[in-house]
Amino acid sequence: MERPAWAPRSIDISVPSVSRIYDYYLGGSHNFEVDREAARKAMEFMPGLPKIMQANRAFMRRAVGFAAEEGIDQFLDVGSGIPTFGNVHEVAQAARPGARVVYVDHDPVAVAHSQAVLAGNEAADVVAADLRKPQEILSSPQVERLIDLNRPVALLLVAILHFVEDADDPYSAVAELREALAPGSLLILTHASYEGIPLPPERAEGAVDVYKDIRNPLIMRSRDEIARFFEGYDMVEPGLVPMPRWRPQAAPEDEDPYAFSGFAGVGRTA
Amino acid sequence: MTAEPDGPEDRLRRFATIWSRAVFPVTSTSLTRPEFEEQLLPLARRLSEALRARNFAADEARAVGAALIEAHCTDPEALTRTLDCVDAYLVLYCGEDRPQDEMRMRSSRLQHSMAAGFAQALRERTLAEQEAIAQAALRAQGVVAQALHASEARFRAVFEGAAIGIGIADLDGNVLQVNGALLRMFGGSEQSVRGRNVMEWTHPEDAPQTWKLYDELVRGEREHYHVEKAFNRPDGTVLWTNLTVSLLRDADGSPQYQLALMEDTTERRLLNLRLRYEATHDALTGLPNRTLFFERLEKALGAGEGQRFGLCYLDLDGFKTINDSLGHAAGDRLLVEVADRLQSCATAPGEMVARLGGDEFVALTTGPGTEREVDELAERIMHALVTPIRIDGRELLVRGSIGIVEGPAGERTPAEVLRSADITMYRAKSAGGNRFELADPEADARAITRHGLTTALPAALDRGEFFIEYQPLVHLGDGSVRGAEALVRWLHPQHGVLGPDRFIPLAEHTGLIVPLGRWVLEESVRQAREWRERYVDETTAGPLRINVNLSPCQLTHPGLVQDTVDILERAGVQPDSLCLEVTESALIGADDDLLKPLRRLAEMGVDIALDDFGTGYSNLANLRRLPVSILKLDRSFTQSMQQFPADPVDLKIVEGIVSLAHSLDLAVTVEGVETGAQAEQLRILGCDTAQGWYYARPGPPERLHELALVDATG
Repeated sequence: MERPAWAPRSIDISVPSVSRIYDYYLGGSHNFEVDREAARKAMEFMPGLPKIMQANRAFMRRAVGFAAEEGIDQFLDVGSGIPTFGNVHEVAQAARPGARVVYVDHDPVAVAHSQAVLAGNEAADVVAADLRKPQEILSSPQVERLIDLNRPVALLLVAILHFVEDADDPYSAVAELREALAPGSLLILTHASYEGIPLPPERAEGAVDVYKDIRNPLIMRSRDEIARFFEGYDMVEPGLVPMPRWRPQAAPEDEDPYAFSGFAGVGRTA
Repeated sequence: MTAEPDGPEDRLRRFATIWSRAVFPVTSTSLTRPEFEEQLLPLARRLSEALRARNFAADEARAVGAALIEAHCTDPEALTRTLDCVDAYLVLYCGEDRPQDEMRMRSSRLQHSMAAGFAQALRERTLAEQEAIAQAALRAQGVVAQALHASEARFRAVFEGAAIGIGIADLDGNVLQVNGALLRMFGGSEQSVRGRNVMEWTHPEDAPQTWKLYDELVRGEREHYHVEKAFNRPDGTVLWTNLTVSLLRDADGSPQYQLALMEDTTERRLLNLRLRYEATHDALTGLPNRTLFFERLEKALGAGEGQRFGLCYLDLDGFKTINDSLGHAAGDRLLVEVADRLQSCATAPGEMVARLGGDEFVALTTGPGTEREVDELAERIMHALVTPIRIDGRELLVRGSIGIVEGPAGERTPAEVLRSADITMYRAKSAGGNRFELADPEADARAITRHGLTTALPAALDRGEFFIEYQPLVHLGDGSVRGAEALVRWLHPQHGVLGPDRFIPLAEHTGLIVPLGRWVLEESVRQAREWRERYVDETTAGPLRINVNLSPCQLTHPGLVQDTVDILERAGVQPDSLCLEVTESALIGADDDLLKPLRRLAEMGVDIALDDFGTGYSNLANLRRLPVSILKLDRSFTQSMQQFPADPVDLKIVEGIVSLAHSLDLAVTVEGVETGAQAEQLRILGCDTAQGWYYARPGPPERLHELALVDATG
């Protein structure tokens, strides 16, 4: 009788969604006025928010490229949101034709959109599931069809963990996912933090409050707290660093100061 | 492509670099700036070529504007910066040596076209994305609606297929919907349930709080309640249910409906009532059983101030004999008849009769006046048993012993009361039966001690709480110590040293006498051997003998002979060092089977003494038949000789017995010698050995040795 965890009682597009707000920051139009209103409000406090999102996308692109060079051809992107451009499957499949990608999101609109984008792509699919219930992800038909858990996988947790409150025990959830992966797998992760934001914390808090107001609280964590998500994994050089400093392909000095907010890193299973 | 320094290609690239630097900060691309520049280079080339084309076509720039959108330069600021950049540098870097005015005019028109291309592409992309996200939202809504529909369908299946009755009513009590199970519970007719109001379903057996809970629920003050409730079915029968009612609220939290879940417990209730009856009543007589009696007794003892209770504990006299002789069926019929008669004795309110088991019954009376009532109750019971009971054509006379306990409520536990009644009943029984006795705290205390000792006996043997004292047996002729009687003692942790009279009867009753007797024999024989080893040379009268008492129980124990032989052999003690004392009463009416083991022992050389001779029914003629070599004269014969002069009749009796004994070749030992005069008298009368306080009280084994030494030297 229990309804699946991901299926809300109804789709209420009058409530802002973090994936559509993200899309707006990236210049997309996959969003509604409520989303844009929230996004603009947060930007009143942190005008450089779009630059943080852009840095996230750029890091993800480099990290997926790195994974492909390492020989990985299976990608599990949890919290994929609304893929506007530069998505994992585009980058991965360009580097390794036939690379398999499974996207996971708990926003039904994001899932429906992904299904439309991925239509006809045999090697990529999307799962409606919640990071807080890792078993629902791991035992989904899509993962079973596309991902061989006995071989290395790149697990992407890009800009998602800062939406999971401590009460929901993100560390256990991530541990459960980590433990399901074969040796040689990579964990690709970014996370918001007050560290690196080129603003006084009071200003940044204003933006954080906007997310609280839309009932999607943004959980800022310290570098040490973020490092714990990699427990048992070896950090790939250069470790857990601001996004532009992770294996840059252009001079980090040219980057917007906002791009240095938060941390990014890649870990590998022994 | 090669680029000569400051050649056209190099200048084109410089233009692209400037353009990318200007626009990159406002793009959303995830490319690096150099990568982005590579994307702009072909666009720059198209602009450059359009600028210098023979047939100028400004529309070429539309495509460049549209390409910017494809490169994710969707921010209008990207267009501004692009136009600024084209305006300032296109002619400069790509105009070559063409006429400046012409070039500037063309650049301006290209910018107009590019802006239009950008705007159109942005508009199309925006609309396409808006369309896509709207579609996605719609599809997602469809998925959710489908999930809702599926869950609705599942819910309907559960509702209809459930074994429990489910009904929904509004807050005024109007029944809106019920499932099949609920209809079946009410007898199957729709009219009897649908459209009715739940308030009509009151029932005389409703618990007092039932409708209070209902009111609280429909007022929204309670989320749910659970009661046992009866309903009248249309056919007049009663439906019993386990009923759970829950309040259903709407999305805003205001109460909307009440949901009732009910389980038909009618059958289970009947079964429970029957099981309860069976669990609390005696199957044979139909009387309340021990369980119910204890419940009622507990209630009576827990009653308030001024309340009292009276209890008659009845045990039939000689019921076992009836059962053994007439069979159990007859015994059972007798019990049924007794039960009926008892029941007629206790008919007042607050009175009850129960069967505790076997032939044990209790009658209970409660209230303030039980002091008088309980005696009357006991008399009624005794009277009810007077008329003989006719079974299988026989008139059976039934008698009973009753123990009565009466007292105020609130002082004792049911177990204490019943124990007191039990003890008192046994007192009535041992006083001859067919009577009732009133409980007496002192008698209870004695019995309770006896009970305590009985239960402590087995552990006492394991823990070595028993020990043996020895009382010397002295030869009357020369005053020498010839041996000693072993007398067992119990060093009780609470009661101190207890003599055999306190615990030997209990040990016989429980059968513990066999291991205890064996231990006494072992210990005494071991002691005899020790005496022999250490002092044989110092005494003149030969080895010291040991006298050990045998209880009737031991006499009939099949291992007696073998045990005795084993013990003697293990200790290396000659059979003639041992004398077993058997009471006269134990041998009264003894047949050959009983005497056989004694005879075997006697043949081996063990002396058998007849203890307490003269206290029972002394069948002198029988003496010959017994394998006995010593008579131990009871102390009652010697008591009168403590005075001087002694009673001449007693003297004659003792003289006669001694003469009789000697003529049968039996030695005579006297007990209870307390004075020198007594000893002298008995010596003159011809007694052989004596024991008593005049010589020594029972004591530790070393004392006997001292006596023997004194005797030898003195």
